[in-house]
Amino acid sequence: MRKLVEKGVKWLLTLSGFVTSLVILLIIGFLFTEGAGLFRKKIIEEGYVLALNKENPVRTMTAEQIKAVFDEDVTSWKDLGGPDLAITTFRLEDVEKYFTEEELGAQYEYAGEKIAALVDANPGMVAFVPESMIPENAELNFIEDSNISPKDVFVGAEWFPTATPSSLFGMWPLLAGTLWVSFFAILFALPFGLSIAIYMAEIAPSKVRDVFKPLIELLNGIPSVVYGFFGLTIIVPLLQQVFGLPVGESGLAGSIVLAIMALPTIVTVAEDAMRNCPRSLREASLALGASKWQTVSKVVIPSSMSSIASGIVLGIGRAVGETMAVLMVTGNAAVIPHSILEPLRTIPATIAAELGEAPAGGAHYQALFMLGVILFFITFFINLCVEYISSRNKAKNR
Amino acid sequence: MKEIEARDVNFYYGDFHALKGISMDIPEKQVVAFIGPSGCGKSTFLRLFNRMNDLIPGSRLQGQILINGKDIYAPGVQVDELRKNVGMVFQRPNPFPKSIFDNVAYGLRVNGINDKKYISERVEESLRGAALWDEVKDKLNDSAYALSGGQQQRLCIARAMAVSPSILLMDEPASALDPISTAKVEELISELRKQVTIIIVTHNMQQAARVSDKTAFFYMGEMVEYDDTKVIFTNPRKEATQNYITGRFG
Repeated sequence: MRKLVEKGVKWLLTLSGFVTSLVILLIIGFLFTEGAGLFRKKIIEEGYVLALNKENPVRTMTAEQIKAVFDEDVTSWKDLGGPDLAITTFRLEDVEKYFTEEELGAQYEYAGEKIAALVDANPGMVAFVPESMIPENAELNFIEDSNISPKDVFVGAEWFPTATPSSLFGMWPLLAGTLWVSFFAILFALPFGLSIAIYMAEIAPSKVRDVFKPLIELLNGIPSVVYGFFGLTIIVPLLQQVFGLPVGESGLAGSIVLAIMALPTIVTVAEDAMRNCPRSLREASLALGASKWQTVSKVVIPSSMSSIASGIVLGIGRAVGETMAVLMVTGNAAVIPHSILEPLRTIPATIAAELGEAPAGGAHYQALFMLGVILFFITFFINLCVEYISSRNKAKNR
Repeated sequence: MKEIEARDVNFYYGDFHALKGISMDIPEKQVVAFIGPSGCGKSTFLRLFNRMNDLIPGSRLQGQILINGKDIYAPGVQVDELRKNVGMVFQRPNPFPKSIFDNVAYGLRVNGINDKKYISERVEESLRGAALWDEVKDKLNDSAYALSGGQQQRLCIARAMAVSPSILLMDEPASALDPISTAKVEELISELRKQVTIIIVTHNMQQAARVSDKTAFFYMGEMVEYDDTKVIFTNPRKEATQNYITGRFG
């Protein structure tokens, strides 16, 4: 009977292990397949074409050029390798400027012909229209569509996922925003975190520590929305006043909130590491006539350095992945930040803010998954660092 | 000439009366062994001489301990100065996770010595003094953890000797070592007695008999007998001492 139970337990444990691993693999696989779908998507919005006059020699345009043309930043075909001719843009909603309702028909049934004729008559015109509308016999040129290239995505400097006719998925501003905020968060959290850890491990009387430590661990349990709320109502207005900013929502506000959130991790890990420094090492140092502070700075901290480092990296991991608080205080402008006082936008905040609006299966949707993949790699790399540092630590203490 | 004097020392861990009215004189440049069963207070007593017990919360001392005529527990005594003069070697080798060189240089550096030439001279001298120089001279920058247990313990002795103490406390320095390393440490002790006064706590009675000039037997927090080592091991006056050294208890 007992054997049977033990066997059952063994199988149950094995099974749960398998199921968990499988689920994790499925999630990662899902993330990757969805994300990779982005590179099979076309530059121009699905089902639409960019129609040109048949005289116009221009055949290819990058996504950025298309956006510039339709934003009227580029106004001559010369800039795109064509003749010296002014560009006129045409969107479907412009149709009523050119034609009356009778001409188009009640169901727009004549619109295709009319638009084709219009483009034919205007050598400088580029029309963004549904493919299905264009009559088969129309003598028009079309911009050749191409796949979205990884280069445009990973180093592209503009994130305009909802722009038409072609969206821009340059992730560099988001990546830069994430890195900036995390970097400054760690910059703020590190000195404070280490000071608190040293104070608690070495100086604080045990009564103070008994109160302090749970309090700091409690910080870990506060939902991030609350941090965001705190940041929005206190830090943001404060920064606005102190630095005289037009808006207080900035990378700095995000960094400060993140620093507060990363503090408990750093403090707890560093404090544990220092308290775990063998008593024999402290005694050896003190017995040589070293003062308490010399002992702490020359023996305790160096010997627990690798644990402290992994605490710091864990804190960075939290900062990189944090979503809600950052979303609330950073201002969410998807531009490459030139200073930490400007609004910026991080990867997790982008996913959280935009996934709800992105039509499932579309390029925007898949671009958000691609962001998820990038985030996955960043945190994966950070975890590898922690593994490496702590394994080196174990090897050293053997 | 007596270097250390303990006068009616009582020591308490909280309510526990660990040392009961101990008085003894320890002469200069002698090796004194403290023997006795576990928990008899010999290590506690040893750690009073460099005020290592200060670190234990709730401990309390009555009586006086004088080194060179000065009460080391008097207010205003610089504990780090005292500890520079009274070195200590612990039961388990406890080198710092630093290089061999930095381990020995540590005591000099924390005492404010920055002269590189002097430090490296002192490191070599100390390592030679600990009979370790020939084994490590080519790998001074290797981690001290790469050494064997016996080498580590000799490194710790070198580290303690580098700051030129006049007294060296040894708390069961060979208990974690193999017989060959133990023999080396014992050899070292008889070498070091030319320079310093040594107090050694040991469980090993043969060791006490081999290395020490005087031996004190502790039992239940009291010092039962203190005399020349020869007398203790051949003709003890107290029955408890007799029983202990003949192995009837302990």
